[in-house]
Amino acid sequence: MKSDFSEEKKIVCRCEDLTAAEIIKKIKEGYHTFDELKRVIRCGAGMCQGRTCRDLIMKLLAQHLNRRIEDLPHPTIRPPIKPIPLKSFQ
Amino acid sequence: MRYQLGIVGGGPAGMMAALIGDRFGIKTILIDDNPALGGQLIKQTHKFFGSKDHYCGYRGFQIGSILREEIAKSKVEVITSATVTGIYPGFILGLHHKERYQEVGCDAVIVATGAKEKFLIFENNDLPGVYGAGAVQTLMNVYGVFPGRRALMIGSGNIGLIVTYQLLQAGVEVPFLVEILPEIGGWFVHAAKIARAGTRILTSHTIISALGEEEVEGAVIAKVDDQFHPVSGSEVTIDVDLICLAVGLSPLSDLLWQVGCRMEFIPELGGYLAWHNERMETTVPGLYVAGDVAGIEEATTAMLEGKVAAISAVSHLLGPSDELSAMQREIIRELDDLRSGDFSQVVSRGLRRLYDRP
Repeated sequence: MKSDFSEEKKIVCRCEDLTAAEIIKKIKEGYHTFDELKRVIRCGAGMCQGRTCRDLIMKLLAQHLNRRIEDLPHPTIRPPIKPIPLKSFQ
Repeated sequence: MRYQLGIVGGGPAGMMAALIGDRFGIKTILIDDNPALGGQLIKQTHKFFGSKDHYCGYRGFQIGSILREEIAKSKVEVITSATVTGIYPGFILGLHHKERYQEVGCDAVIVATGAKEKFLIFENNDLPGVYGAGAVQTLMNVYGVFPGRRALMIGSGNIGLIVTYQLLQAGVEVPFLVEILPEIGGWFVHAAKIARAGTRILTSHTIISALGEEEVEGAVIAKVDDQFHPVSGSEVTIDVDLICLAVGLSPLSDLLWQVGCRMEFIPELGGYLAWHNERMETTVPGLYVAGDVAGIEEATTAMLEGKVAAISAVSHLLGPSDELSAMQREIIRELDDLRSGDFSQVVSRGLRRLYDRP
């Protein structure tokens, strides 16, 4: 099981500290879109709002579902596209 | 406060677009999230190629200074350290600046937000000492910070090659550069320079893992087969304290997704980007793109795209004219010329695919 162990040391979403192993496990459980994964494990929900991990996770989804990236639903991007402290609205 | 033209991103594309807007008397606001205008130009210490019209012979940061001075002399309103957090109906820009959220209305918008660095999945890729090549360039060339003692560069595109050279200039050893493809991606002239300086460029190689407990103390690299899978038994451990990723850029298109532009996936241009035509018009009337967000290229084409986008915006605001369309056609022709070389084949193929999707 050496390969499984090594997946655990590969960080995919840095903000939420999620590894390739955790993401692949969820894909295998049936979460087949980025937004579904985001709802269960918070990938892309951190400070960077998925700027780093979005491309990597889309690639993992494409590999494991055997589909092209452009045929997978893209995550919804909502404003604010970067986190704003609530005090800025005072 | 209301403006005729709002430009998001003050790199080469956005700055050039602002200057064109100003030249036609358009009330323009230029917004950037960095402390100073210039985008990636501020850290580019290499000289530009091309013709005199395109600032050849100048170093990137000098081009940034020239444009910044021209903008300071113009009527363009500049806000730095400000983030556009959303674009709402009627082109209301949500703006976060000095811990305050405010809204700015515009009649037309140019999105010139540039690109983000791609990341790579490998073992221990979160250890301190793993950097994007752009980040290393910022540390060294903008802040004068020594990023490490011995570096492994990943990726042989022009950024990987140029940053390797700049690391060597700063006194950092770069014993190896690995490239997963069988051929070097960037220009021969840059590759030859670093090879002469002693960097071994290993094609068909990749990184397997970073080594170390608290920070990078080494790396394992390996040969890959034609399916890009590591060849077992070919692993080599190297002694480095810095791992630099130059594995490509992708357009920073979040605002364009959010505003509802039709998006297209074009790998040759870096991934998802807003559909646009040669005049840099997106599917949202009055909204234009320019620079890396419209497909990954470099600063010279970004500046020209900034001009093209601004002329489209001026036509939209003031009504079309023969003068504007002649000027725009001329710049589009310059762009075509710049992209006619062998090195632009991939970009040209990507743009053709984009333009062919009406």
